[in-house]
Amino acid sequence: MSSPAATAHLAALDPVAARTGSAGLLEGPRGPRPRRALSRGNVMLYGTLFVVSAYYLLPLYVMVVTSLKGMPEIRMGNIFSPPVEITFEPWVKAWSSACTGINCDGLSRGFWNSVRILVPSVLLSIAVASVSGYALSKWRFRGSELFFAILLVGAFIPYQVMLYPLVILLREMGLYGSLWGLVLVHTIFGMPINTLLFRNYFAAIPEELHKAARVDGAGFWGIFVRIMLPMSLPIFVVSAIIQVTGIWNDFLFGVVYTTPANYPMTVQLNNIVNSVQGVREYNVNMAATLLTGLVPLLVYFASGKLFVRGIAAGAVKG
Amino acid sequence: MAALDEIPRRAAAPAAPARRRPAVLRNLQAKIASLPMILIALVVFVGCTLWTVFHSFTTSRLLPRTDWAGLAQYRRLWGEQRWLVSIENLAIYGALTLVFSLVIGFTLAALLDRKIRGEDVFRTIILYPFALSFIVTGLVWQWILNPDFGVQAVVRSWGWTGFTFDPLNNPDIVIYGILIAGLWQGTGLVMVIMLAGLRGIDGEIWKAARVDGIPAWKTYLLVIIPMMRPVFVTALVLIGSGIIKVYDLVVAQTSGGPGIASEVPAKYVYDRMFRDQNLGQGFAASTMMLVSVAIVLIPWAYLEFGRRRKA
Repeated sequence: MSSPAATAHLAALDPVAARTGSAGLLEGPRGPRPRRALSRGNVMLYGTLFVVSAYYLLPLYVMVVTSLKGMPEIRMGNIFSPPVEITFEPWVKAWSSACTGINCDGLSRGFWNSVRILVPSVLLSIAVASVSGYALSKWRFRGSELFFAILLVGAFIPYQVMLYPLVILLREMGLYGSLWGLVLVHTIFGMPINTLLFRNYFAAIPEELHKAARVDGAGFWGIFVRIMLPMSLPIFVVSAIIQVTGIWNDFLFGVVYTTPANYPMTVQLNNIVNSVQGVREYNVNMAATLLTGLVPLLVYFASGKLFVRGIAAGAVKG
Repeated sequence: MAALDEIPRRAAAPAAPARRRPAVLRNLQAKIASLPMILIALVVFVGCTLWTVFHSFTTSRLLPRTDWAGLAQYRRLWGEQRWLVSIENLAIYGALTLVFSLVIGFTLAALLDRKIRGEDVFRTIILYPFALSFIVTGLVWQWILNPDFGVQAVVRSWGWTGFTFDPLNNPDIVIYGILIAGLWQGTGLVMVIMLAGLRGIDGEIWKAARVDGIPAWKTYLLVIIPMMRPVFVTALVLIGSGIIKVYDLVVAQTSGGPGIASEVPAKYVYDRMFRDQNLGQGFAASTMMLVSVAIVLIPWAYLEFGRRRKA
């Protein structure tokens, strides 16, 4: 993401920039100049930031240390102290033998379910959204703006309003309770934000390019595949980040549209931790929680500024 | 396919310039490609919403029915203790989330905007909770706020034996326990938006304020914040639409308990529809959610887009 051209593209799709006419996140700080290194103000400033950072890091730290302790140590000590004897048993148990109801095959089942939901959902939703965004920006037709407006308004409709009619629709299609039904639901609710993202991005690609290709005889699909796709890798990455974290973290759709055998990881995690039977094993619970959070965390730390770009674009989604 | 028949006739006419396709067929590939989007917009966003609103006026229970019941479902809804608690919780959670995330988000952004070293590191740390799901967030905070092992136990072990901080088991303050978790997860997002807004402030303004000897905090309060109105509005809409959807956080952290003390509308809808098989109540409650979103959003859209049209 270091080339200036790529940065310019990113600037174009920063909605904060577009909306406020401001520079967005790409320019340097504009605040007042810093004072001497160890002035009272600076000590206060960095002091505050360190305290705040410690506060935000605390839950992650607690998760890690709790998941590495044995149960006796948890009962004796306090949750903030580092483990005296490090054990990976809670992790093994959370992954392969923690119980939800009568099933005791651990969180691994939920993990693989989530993967099987995630991959087709991300691919399908990006495919549909990118083509729609392309049509909306370069091949407008009568009513296309209206459909787009409906989509954007739809982003603000509480999901609860559409939950039940979608159950009926999926049942009619024979998809209710299956993974593919859930894939469809994720595609539907990923549409507003991703279509917006692609539409704005493609709209910023010069019209001359599009016209030249048309003169050369390229059609709708030809231009999309040969000209638009090669130019728009960054936006596909941004869209993929939004979709991967969003779909992985979903709970509501998972619980409504799938059956227990197909529950995604978040649903299974909640069932494991909040089950009322048996002794509560806090270390296993925290290992399971951490395991579930691992995928979005990895995406977050690997993607860096692109994640920021994605959520800034998500500003309209909410 | 009547439109297809027109092509040869028009082409045959000597006066016709080039072959002109009828309106329906023009841009046909784009229309075919947009079909999924059109279907989603019309069938799901419009169709499903209207379907639910319509059925909220019926006697639906186990199965959706079309027997008209007028406002009976709504009368019952507003007589339900659980719904009233849900609304009250949403109001408290919503108001405090708005205030705190705007204040904290802006303050953190202002701190990060003061040309500090390691800005990226601090931003990464404050934003990472936003990548986590509400389920993970709720479960971690459930553990931290656990009265026997968490914050309360730790403070007591330091010698302050009378210390009491057990929000998740106290019906009076349970919603604040959820608020703590919600803020931890969501303030990073507000901060990033505010930071983007601050970066858009002209550097000349800071120079002018310095020349006039106005202290930094006063400049922020009287000059910068008024200039950032659009950013605040964006953040407001964003936080607001997130608040109404709050569901998984409550499910993970308290399951609505103790008793019904931390119920929220989204959970009421789910429980009525899929657990109690009382569809009518679910439809009425979800329609109320839609109405409350509309009450907030319509004036905003009117102001936002009405102004843009004028400009």
